[in-house]
This record gives sequence, C-alpha cells and structure tokens, in this order.
Amino acid sequence: MTERLLEVKDLHTSFFTDAGEVKAVNGLSFNLDEGEVLGIVGESGSGKSVTAYSIMRILTDPGTIKSGQVLYKGRDIVSIPEKEMRKIRGAKISIIFQDPMTSLNPTYTIGNQIEEAILLHTKRSKKEARERAIEMLNLVGVNEPEKRVKQYPHELSGGMRQRVMIAMALACEPDILIADEPTTALDVTIQAQILELMQKLQKEMGMAIIMITHDLGVIADMCNTIIVMYGGRACERGTADEIFYNPCHEYTKGLMRSIPSIVGKHERLIPISGTPIDQLNLPKGCYFAPRCDNAMKICMEAQPDEIWVTPEHSAACWMNVKKVYEEAGKEKAKS
Amino acid sequence: MNTQPLVDVRHLKQYFPIRTGFFTTTPLKAVDDISFHVNEEETLGLVGESGCGKTTAGRTLLHLYKPTSGEIYFDGNLITEKNIKNYRKEMQIVFQDPYSSLDPRMTVADIIGEPLDIHHLYSSRSERTDRVRELMDLVGLNSEQANRYAHEFSGGQRQRIGIARALAVDPRFIVCDEPVSALDVSIQAQIINTFEDLQKKLNIAYLFIAHDLLVVRHMSNRIAVMYLGRIVETADADEVSDHPLHPYTVSLMSAVPVPDPKLARSRHRIPLEGDVPSPLNMPTGCAFRTRCRYATEKCAQERPELKEAAPGHFVACWNI
Repeated sequence: MTERLLEVKDLHTSFFTDAGEVKAVNGLSFNLDEGEVLGIVGESGSGKSVTAYSIMRILTDPGTIKSGQVLYKGRDIVSIPEKEMRKIRGAKISIIFQDPMTSLNPTYTIGNQIEEAILLHTKRSKKEARERAIEMLNLVGVNEPEKRVKQYPHELSGGMRQRVMIAMALACEPDILIADEPTTALDVTIQAQILELMQKLQKEMGMAIIMITHDLGVIADMCNTIIVMYGGRACERGTADEIFYNPCHEYTKGLMRSIPSIVGKHERLIPISGTPIDQLNLPKGCYFAPRCDNAMKICMEAQPDEIWVTPEHSAACWMNVKKVYEEAGKEKAKS
Repeated sequence: MNTQPLVDVRHLKQYFPIRTGFFTTTPLKAVDDISFHVNEEETLGLVGESGCGKTTAGRTLLHLYKPTSGEIYFDGNLITEKNIKNYRKEMQIVFQDPYSSLDPRMTVADIIGEPLDIHHLYSSRSERTDRVRELMDLVGLNSEQANRYAHEFSGGQRQRIGIARALAVDPRFIVCDEPVSALDVSIQAQIINTFEDLQKKLNIAYLFIAHDLLVVRHMSNRIAVMYLGRIVETADADEVSDHPLHPYTVSLMSAVPVPDPKLARSRHRIPLEGDVPSPLNMPTGCAFRTRCRYATEKCAQERPELKEAAPGHFVACWNI
C-alpha cells in the first residue's frame, strides 16, 4: 500500500484558559491524498482553524496538542523537534491565512517576504531568489512583478495581497497547501478571481489543498471531498455530491436548510434552533444533540461513532444507526 | 390608491473631503447622485462590493451624515436638518456588528429603553418596563434576561437586541446595514426569519444593505446594485438575479459561489479583471468602464443615466 500524504489521527487540541479548558478539537481523524482538494466546513468555534494550526504547529500560547498524531508521509510531525518542523513548515506544508491585511509584514517589501521562504528552504542565491519571487508573482497574476517586488503590502489591494500570500506559500512548491478562509475577507468578484487562481495552480502544480471555510458555496465550487465539523469533531464526511445531495447528519441537513437557495426563493428558511456550542462545557452525548430537533434519548447520553452510509460517505449520527436497525428489522420481518 | 413611496431619495450625494495636501482637499465621492425609493411594507436590497457606498447611502439617508446635496422625502415630506428629529421615530437603523453597536456598560433593558426615554414614550416606570419586555418577546429574546449586559449574549442574540432597540419607537422604515454578515449560517437564518416575521406583523419597510447576494435575493422585493457610489441597475429581485443586464451585475451574479456542486461545475464565471478604481480618482464617464469588456469611447466621455430597459428594470449602461 502506498503511503498517505497526510494522516491526522485522533487529534485533540485544547486551550487552557483561566476560565477552564476549551476543547477546540476533539478527536479528529482524516486522510489527505496527493492532489486531493479537501474541504473542511464548519461554523465559528467548530475547530476548523485550530485543526490547521495544529497541523502546522503554530498554535499560540494556551493552545496545546493534547494527543493524537499528524503523519506527514508516514512521519509523525507532532513529536519531532521544532528545528525539524521548520524544515517542513513553509517548504512541504504551507498555509495561507484569512486576512491578507494583517498576515503580511508591513515593514518589509513584498519581494523580501517571498524570498525569505525561498532562501530558508532552498540553496538558491539572493539573486536567484529574487528571480523566483518575480516568477511566482507572475504565476499568481500580479501585474508588473518586477515593480511589485519592491513595494510594501499597503501599496496593494486586498485581492493583490492575497495573491502575494499564495505566491509566498507556493514558492517552495509544497505538497500540501492549507487555505484557512482564504477569500472570506474579499469581495465576491475578487473571491472568484482567487478561487479560479487556486484551481488553476492546483492543476498545474498538483499539490493537495485543505480548504477551510464556513462558506458552503466556496466548498461546493472547490472541493472533491468534504468534512463537516461541529464542536471539534467530524460529524460527516464524504464526496461533495454525497454531502450536498444526500446529507446524513442532522447538523449538515440543518446547514443546507439555512442557506437561501439560488433558485426558487421566498421559501422560508428553516434555521437550526438554539445557540452555538459552549466549548467550556461540552455535552455528554452527541455535541449537536441540544440543538437537534430529532434528538433521541441516546443522543444525550452517548457519542455516536461514524457510520459508513455509502463507501465514500460517513456520518456520526444516531439516526443512521436507528435506520440500520429498522432496515434489518424489515428484512427479518420479510424472511 | 396610495402610490406615493414611503421613502423617496432624489439625487443624493455624499462627498467626504479628504486631505490630499497641506492646503488641498479632494472630495471622495462616496455616494454620487443616486435616486431610489422604498414603498410601504417593501424591502429594497442594496448590494455592492466594499467601498461602493452602500453603507454611506444608508447612513446619509438617515441624516447620520449630513448629505452634500439631494433630497430625502419621507411620506412626501422633505427631511431637513431641522426636522430630522421628528422622523427618527419613523426611521431606524440596525447595524452590522452586534459587538460594537451595543454599549457594554448598559443593561439590555436600558439599551432597548433608551429610545423610549428620548422620545418620551411612556408615562410611568412600569409602562417602560412592560414595553421593554414586550419588545424582547417580539424579537425572540427571553425577557427575564432584561437586566443582563450585552456581553452575556451570543452574536445572534445581540443582533436581536439591536433589532428590539430599533423597533422601540414603532418605526415604519428600518435601514438594515449588513445585519447578518457577522453571523454564522445557522444563526443568520434565524435572524433573517425574524426580520421577515416582523415585517409582516408590523408592516415595516426595509432598506436591506448587504454584500451576500443570496441573502439579499431572499429578503428583497427589489434590488439596487451599486458600483463606485452610483446605482448601475435596479429591478425586481428575481429579475436582477436571473436576467442581469449591466455588465457589472452580470459578473457579480456569476461570481457568487453557489452551494450546489453540480451547478457550480456547469456554471460559467464571467471574471472581472483588476480591482475597483480609487474613488478619489474616478474614471470619467461610466465608472465601470475600466473593467468593462464592452467599453466604448462613449463610455469614457459621458456618464450613463438609469433608463428603463424592460418594464421596471432600470440600467445605467450605454450598450443596452
């Protein structure tokens, strides 16, 4: 069997704050293959960004990976020394952030910031690094790259800055690109440009992408496979078509009903009731049970395991278990 | 039959002076000569990308900014700086950010009660308390929590507090300035439904400002599309979404990511090149011509006015 590109196994990440332990990621596992575009979708507080930060090991202070493994080409990068991690971060696994305004350093030129990664990870000379930076800017569609490398971030628009971020992340040709809400801060027309660019680069360079977003539209547009997160756990995963046309978790169903449809409008939206999850006091059973209209007794008491609905689609919902039993019952009655 | 619009905005301009040198200022044309109307019990959606002037239009309309020029009529009466106070009772606003638009040192009862105080809408203390409770129930808040502070509520609940505050004076018109943009999808749907219920119950008209086109389409009867301080297209909500005519609207609609993988794969995007020009240095003629694939010489020379291309469908473009 070939080695997986990235394997996340039972990841637990918590923030130890004064108020108590905030459990941001609670036992998340997933695989990423070469050239795959995986979408992680969830609302604020679902742990999707913390997952990205855990993989990159860039969690800020009270945040710690409590347990679990992140295997990059079979090697656990959670336990390796920071010095080793630095060789992977930015070179093999790169990240682009949501806000292109604050994630670029205002005191360095664009060229400087792209070259930094190149000089750090490759044996190129300064001159070659500059050439590579210009080549990258050209690739991501920044006009007049020779002029731009000498400019500072504030001289560029939001869309241009996000292009620079992408150029920086891809300069060392990583195997994996993590995009943490890359278009959330951008306008729709600029968002369309950036998504188009990412799709084009993915085809040309063949890297795998983990696309983290709250926008179901962006996910539908970009991803082959999708993980839906709630309360730091994967509640449903599968191919894009399966998730959108055959959602099997009550939370995913609720999400789909909450978005206004693009055709036939003025149907009343059916929102998910209740308020978002409190991560200081996680429920005992299924995390979604307190907001679920179809919650059963067992949902409040025990956490459901993920059950495969089809070979490429699984959901962690007791409703599916019930369905399996009911169907088995019917079969039995027939025979 | 009463055909007079509830709110009628004519040739509204809002220029902000920007210091560009030691002695020189340049006007930033945030809103540049726009006209629109909102009928009673109707929702007009105002969409556009950041910096197009949609928020400024909403605030200028309420005289939160003094208009540079232009007229605003409410129920047929011209609103001026002198009489605006009387109309604040009729026209209210709900802000985007439920975190910064509520005073952290005031209890919910005081936040919702403040408009009642200002407009002297009660005769006794108990009447005020009753009214606050009634308003909280109306927007779906637990009225037993009236003495809590804003930070004790979640984002969606805070937005409900903002809505209750706007409703306190029984307005007939509310400017909703990106009221659901800061909220998660599942909470967003709750608030959208609340807005719709209130409209039916209290017969309020909305000016619904947002950049999320799916939400605006869902909420609105008509939609006006803004680009660089001007309205480029206005029509029935479905018409604008399904049969856009202005090249900007066409691109904008095709850029909306649709939550439907099959449709997304088959759809053809009409990308817009480049960025929005600086409003300090606007192109001559049509503001969109620098990004427009159909731009001709005429577009550079003369500014197109809104004209009726189909019944009720107005477009400002020389090529239509």
